[in-house]
Amino acid sequence: MEKTCLVVDDSVAIRKVSRMILENLGFHVTEASDGQEAIAWCRAAMPDAILLDWNMPQMSGIEFLRQLRAEPLGEGPKVLFCTVENDLSHINEALKAGADEYIMKPFDGDVISAKFAEVGLL
Amino acid sequence: MTPDDLSLICRIVRARTGHVVDQAKAAVIENRLAPLVRREGYNSLSDLMSVIKAKRDERLVWALADAMLPKDTAFFRDRTPFTQFRDVILPDLEQRLGTSPLRIWSAGCGTGEEAYSLAMTVDEVRGGRAGRAVEIVGSDLSERCLERAAAGIFSQMEVQKGLPIRYLVRHFERQDEAWQLSESFRQKVQWRRVNLISEINMVGRFDVIFCRYVLGGLDDLMRKQVLSQLAAILNDNGYLIVGRDEAVLDQAVGLAPVWGSSDIYRREPALRIVA
Repeated sequence: MEKTCLVVDDSVAIRKVSRMILENLGFHVTEASDGQEAIAWCRAAMPDAILLDWNMPQMSGIEFLRQLRAEPLGEGPKVLFCTVENDLSHINEALKAGADEYIMKPFDGDVISAKFAEVGLL
Repeated sequence: MTPDDLSLICRIVRARTGHVVDQAKAAVIENRLAPLVRREGYNSLSDLMSVIKAKRDERLVWALADAMLPKDTAFFRDRTPFTQFRDVILPDLEQRLGTSPLRIWSAGCGTGEEAYSLAMTVDEVRGGRAGRAVEIVGSDLSERCLERAAAGIFSQMEVQKGLPIRYLVRHFERQDEAWQLSESFRQKVQWRRVNLISEINMVGRFDVIFCRYVLGGLDDLMRKQVLSQLAAILNDNGYLIVGRDEAVLDQAVGLAPVWGSSDIYRREPALRIVA
């Protein structure tokens, strides 16, 4: 069955590039432009993976992740941060909040592919 | 570039490294040598070849051979050999080896990603427990690659292609736009310049040899010779891991494939090997 990925980023360009890469990897992709919209998507249909920006209006990526991991979902979806915040303190904060992997922008198709393989989705 | 220059480049690379260069791919050769031409301050590859022909400068000849070798590598490249190393090879050897040190060789290590991946795997398996001594050696023909490996500095792109984020957090420090392995971790690997076609006998014996994406570039005769020598310096029940599609079944002397794998071989103790 086709795996699903929710791309959460306030940049239309990043969402477009991510969608293209992920669809080439065989994912069905949906999009949200911030954490609040992502919560609505997850309530409607929980994806297998979430590619998550950090800085967004309304609700940041880290706030969204904390809310998501507070839900009684069992293992829940794999969450991969994808952000310009590329210092160790941000990475540690993300892992502590329950992120499975962390992508530092800029990225390319090989990085996305390697990281999704790392979390067992490829 | 003249056909004579092309022919000379191919002969130099084959004689110094055993690697076969396809003379028909002139554009690929020029492209691969362009950084060397710039670095050495020549206007063109033809100028550089004129100097090589006139002076036979050994440093320049080796620099040319080095520049022609493939440099592709990545942390935990292909993943599976490293999970097999963690889940099967290491436990098997720890059980067999008694108190002797476990010796691991990343042969043709390029810029060090493979050797460091092995060191990270050992570190994770051990989980901080004191255990049998482990020696990891990374070797390459290229001094430039070895310098980079020893420095342990990798670009942001390089640390994102195969390296799990937990290892980045555990072992690396941010260095401007790049990432550097901590000094204590860098010391877990010893670096040596080794030419696989002539110096294998100088490196000692090993329990595990990763020699991946090296053999495929050698001509048949050289590949067989290198394989025989690698088999000869493996300890009994030691493991040789080659690259995907570099199956050595028909050429490996004294090695048997394990777990139905086409890239992991074990030295059979019952077989006598003559290097």
